[in-house]
Amino acid sequence: MDDVALADPPRTMTPSGSEVFVVELAEFSGPLDLLLSLIRDEQIDIYDIPIARIAEQFLGRISSLKLDEAADYLEMAARLVRIKAQMLLPRREGEDVWEDPRAELVRRLLEYQQVREVVDVLERRSEERRGRFARAYSQQTIQIPVPGALKISLPELLSAVDRVLRLARKPHIHDVVPRALDVDGAIGIVRALLAIRSHAQWKDVLPRKAEPWEVLSLLLALLELAKLGELRLAQPRPFAAFEISRDSTGEAA
Amino acid sequence: MAKHADDGETTLDSALAELRDHYDSDGHGVELIEVAGGWQILTRPEYTEAIERAQLAARPQRLSAAALETLAIIAYRQPIGRAEIEEIRGVGAGAILKSLHERALIDIVARGEGLGRPLLYGTTPSFLEQFALRHLEELPRADELAIALRAPRPATPTSVPAVKDNGEAPPRAD
Repeated sequence: MDDVALADPPRTMTPSGSEVFVVELAEFSGPLDLLLSLIRDEQIDIYDIPIARIAEQFLGRISSLKLDEAADYLEMAARLVRIKAQMLLPRREGEDVWEDPRAELVRRLLEYQQVREVVDVLERRSEERRGRFARAYSQQTIQIPVPGALKISLPELLSAVDRVLRLARKPHIHDVVPRALDVDGAIGIVRALLAIRSHAQWKDVLPRKAEPWEVLSLLLALLELAKLGELRLAQPRPFAAFEISRDSTGEAA
Repeated sequence: MAKHADDGETTLDSALAELRDHYDSDGHGVELIEVAGGWQILTRPEYTEAIERAQLAARPQRLSAAALETLAIIAYRQPIGRAEIEEIRGVGAGAILKSLHERALIDIVARGEGLGRPLLYGTTPSFLEQFALRHLEELPRADELAIALRAPRPATPTSVPAVKDNGEAPPRAD
């Protein structure tokens, strides 16, 4: 059974869903092998195979081997019978070119014979190599180092804690730049303006190229005065400049 | 070997030669073998029995004839598809290809043109190693084989007398 060490045991269904029927004999590795051995046994010229005799022997062999169900062997049997039939066909008189129906089979047999020769070479080499042993390469499993016990003295630990606490306690300081807002000044400006006019626009009170602090001072002044009831603020529509008007009711009061 | 081998290469070569001589001359059980484009330290064949008896190592399983045939075809015709292998051997090759692939002797090296873009197989460095080959060219060339693939003799009606077959009983179909 050495010869079938690798191949599946005879007549087994492969477990994978493909359901390939593997027919493997210790004696023959395929129909071509069987055919070649018949040719060898009968000492037949491979270029001039008596096809009827070989076909009959082939059929006899595969039925005695109970290989009838093996498609590969049956296919070869059918091929042989077909070639035999072709050989029996009468050839016309004076037909110069006659294609031997066996030519393809001969070509395949020779090709296969060559494969067998290479197999002999491979077999010798592998047999020689099988008897020599190399140091097996065993993959090193990577050991992730387990961290050992923490080695630290009490003073070290305490100073570490101290460092952490100092870092944590450090206050987050902002430098706040005092911005001078002159709300009172702005109130004075607005009051002076409204003393002259009963209505004014935002842009009338604001100097051209006003600084942000001036804008903010004016806004706060207007809101302050509105709160005091000295003026009214009105915006005719969204995003429009608002209008300032003297609050007559407040004045009256 | 390149004529202008640089220093690294010559150093390596001489070191390897030194190691080989060391194993060969001082009665070592191993020797240095060049294989598959590299070097390997292998036990000497005369110690196989002793090593197996001592159960230090076991010989790997032998390949079946069918597996060797398939390997031979792949080695010579690579890259080659399953259909072509089956055509040469006249037998289905699926199970064998799977098994050879599992043993890392062959690998899928490409996909073929044509219908279904078939997988194409080739041999691996492990194949070279397991068959003690330095490279594929170490296999016998086709014309070195005893039966070289030659064109069949042009058959003439005289060389193939049809009457010869007529005398024989036709095979039974059943």
